[in-house]
Amino acid sequence: MDLEIRKRELVKEFSPMLKKSTKTSKIWMVFLIAVILVGIIAFILQAVKGHEVTGMRDNVVWGIYIINFIFFVCLSYSGAFISGILHFFKTPWKNSVMRIVEIITVLSLIIGPIFILLCIGRLDRLHYLFIYPRIQSPITWDIIAIITDLIGCFIYLYLTFIPDFAILRDNSKKAPAWKQKLYKKLAIGYYDTPTQREKLHKITRTMSAMIIALAIIAYSVLAWIFSLTLQPGWNSSIFAPYFIVAGLYSGVGVIIIAMYLIRKFYHLEHYIRKVHFIGAGVILLVISLLFGYFTFSEYFSRWFSHKTHDVNLLNTLFNRYFWMFIFANYIGVLIPIVILFFKKLRTIKSITFAALIAVLGLWFNRYLIVVPTLETPYLPIQDSRSEFIHYSATWIEWALSFAGVAAFILFFILLMRLVPIIPMSGIIDNEREQQKKTKQITQNQK
Amino acid sequence: MENKEDNKTGTNRRNFLKLGLLSGVSAVAGLSIASNSEEEATVSGEKVRVLTPDGKMVEVDAESLNKYPEAHITPAESRKGIPNRKFVMVIDLAKCKNARKCVESCQKAHKLDYNEEFMKVQLIQDNEEGSPYWFPKPCFHCDEPPCVTVCPTGATFKRDDGIVLVDNDRCIGCKFCITSCPYSARQFNWGHKDKFEDKSQPYSPETSVPAAEGTVMKCDFCPDMLRQGKLPHCAQSCPMGVIYFGDKNEDIVTNGEETVRFSELIKNRGGYRHLEHLGTKPNVYYLPAVNRQFPLERGFDVDEDIIERYKDVPYVQELKKNGEI
Repeated sequence: MDLEIRKRELVKEFSPMLKKSTKTSKIWMVFLIAVILVGIIAFILQAVKGHEVTGMRDNVVWGIYIINFIFFVCLSYSGAFISGILHFFKTPWKNSVMRIVEIITVLSLIIGPIFILLCIGRLDRLHYLFIYPRIQSPITWDIIAIITDLIGCFIYLYLTFIPDFAILRDNSKKAPAWKQKLYKKLAIGYYDTPTQREKLHKITRTMSAMIIALAIIAYSVLAWIFSLTLQPGWNSSIFAPYFIVAGLYSGVGVIIIAMYLIRKFYHLEHYIRKVHFIGAGVILLVISLLFGYFTFSEYFSRWFSHKTHDVNLLNTLFNRYFWMFIFANYIGVLIPIVILFFKKLRTIKSITFAALIAVLGLWFNRYLIVVPTLETPYLPIQDSRSEFIHYSATWIEWALSFAGVAAFILFFILLMRLVPIIPMSGIIDNEREQQKKTKQITQNQK
Repeated sequence: MENKEDNKTGTNRRNFLKLGLLSGVSAVAGLSIASNSEEEATVSGEKVRVLTPDGKMVEVDAESLNKYPEAHITPAESRKGIPNRKFVMVIDLAKCKNARKCVESCQKAHKLDYNEEFMKVQLIQDNEEGSPYWFPKPCFHCDEPPCVTVCPTGATFKRDDGIVLVDNDRCIGCKFCITSCPYSARQFNWGHKDKFEDKSQPYSPETSVPAAEGTVMKCDFCPDMLRQGKLPHCAQSCPMGVIYFGDKNEDIVTNGEETVRFSELIKNRGGYRHLEHLGTKPNVYYLPAVNRQFPLERGFDVDEDIIERYKDVPYVQELKKNGEI
């Protein structure tokens, strides 16, 4: 029964994370809420004055809203993908990162679709999507895919939370009454009996497999929104796999950054170790090679076959967007590769830096997919007003984008208050396994 | 008081229209003209012969004919299309001198602002050797319209008579149709404008008036005019007779001055469709800019800021350098 004692110990160890906030975290919270408030003001302005306040115009009708949408949704899919895969591995170190990945998955899947809503001209008619649905439209596919994915991810996240809720219910006598009640409700009568454990394990395994499939389908559909059109930069058969690889690239990057920040702020050096960073770094290396390969294939074939409209697009990319192109598709790929390739360069800080570069580079890569294509249509843009030729985001768009990022971090912090970021049940499971092994060994010796 | 009466007769006419459609009488226009002459007491005595959309020649009173545009086609009715028609447009590039009358009359009819253009006149140069030409570009009303396929709510639709329309009562403003149109034919209403409030004319997708904030609009081939047996505004107003409009089923197109066989025009004059290789099957055909009636420079007799639009065309830069414009 020493496992019960161990559970109490763990709750004690992690309870500072769940309790009242420190000064720095309070400052952070206030800052994040302020950013979100500015975003809300921007949203109200946009709602009142119309989309005129954005930098979008008749040629570039999709701006950074849609870029953030793809970015966040791709974070989510890659999170689902990675956590699904992690679930199948029986490595003890996966436990420390599992919950980070799962929370990223669900949060980004909530934030992402908000950005697509910002892009819609008539939010008051949103229900028309369900009143007058057209199944032929890729947008309808996307809505179905995202909703299915969201529900699937929620169920999955909840399943992984149940054992921890049970532990918290049994061991948090000092917590406020509402929290105790909440834990009791959320644990839905889970008492960690062997049959319950077996059942939960089976369901979680099935869900993790389903979530991988869902992630692939949903992200392919998202890529199809672009690649099923006739536009020169979008109509590409490799877009679906390219988007999946790109999603994994940014996903792993964000996981590394989150690992770094959480480790630093919550002093979890004991749980999140260098081995995690190196493991994630190697995965990032493999994906960056893949991502670089896909990016190269995509642009190389356009450049080599040089169809008129492709050439026009490349001209736009290499003139107006020269530095962005260099940053997104050269620096954003090569720097992570160089840092992660040499064993000597792999330190926690350098790996985090590589991840940061990768994530930023990927965001700009998305920008280069969306905006220059719209600025280079089949028929040349002949309009005197400069905003009709070139797109640049207004402060409203930036404010809402940063509000999205702030909301992501804020929700992350709040969720970490509810449940420890390191799954306690995972630690218990590992220790139980070890006990079993030692028992077997002693039995064999007898 | 007068307004009220007008409204009344308007609804009456609508009822007539609905009745006509329900009872399977296909002569929509004919019926409403008849209903008009029944209601109106004033008769001018002057008779006018008009072609109904289903191909009948009808003689009506001139007075009742003018009243017709008040007949309102609801969004639901506008989805059906005019029976047995397949509308096509042929644009003769050899005659265009960028007079911009098509653009202006279209803007007036659809209550568009100066910079909102359903019909755009672009300056196109096919290759470095080729001489540039004026290229009037409406919506192509494709037979395989990418905009219609991607619309998530069916706000944009293809009718039996070949016309692609936008119902801005249904549009949610996702702009997917704009990004999927390879011809940049669609426009978005980004902000609020006073003209959207003008409810003197009930909204119909056939007139695209009044436009609504946060929705998409585009060239509609003027079905309200077609129902009256008239040409679209652009074709009617062109002083050069550049724009031919007609019915593919009847194999006839006209620019208001001459009426020709559509198939012969395309065959004899080397008619083509723009960006044919995209497979969208446009219903707008072009006759190549050969044996031109005007030098290109005649087209620069327009507003300064309109000339400014073409500043990136190498030929225009050359002209400017030589001080010719």
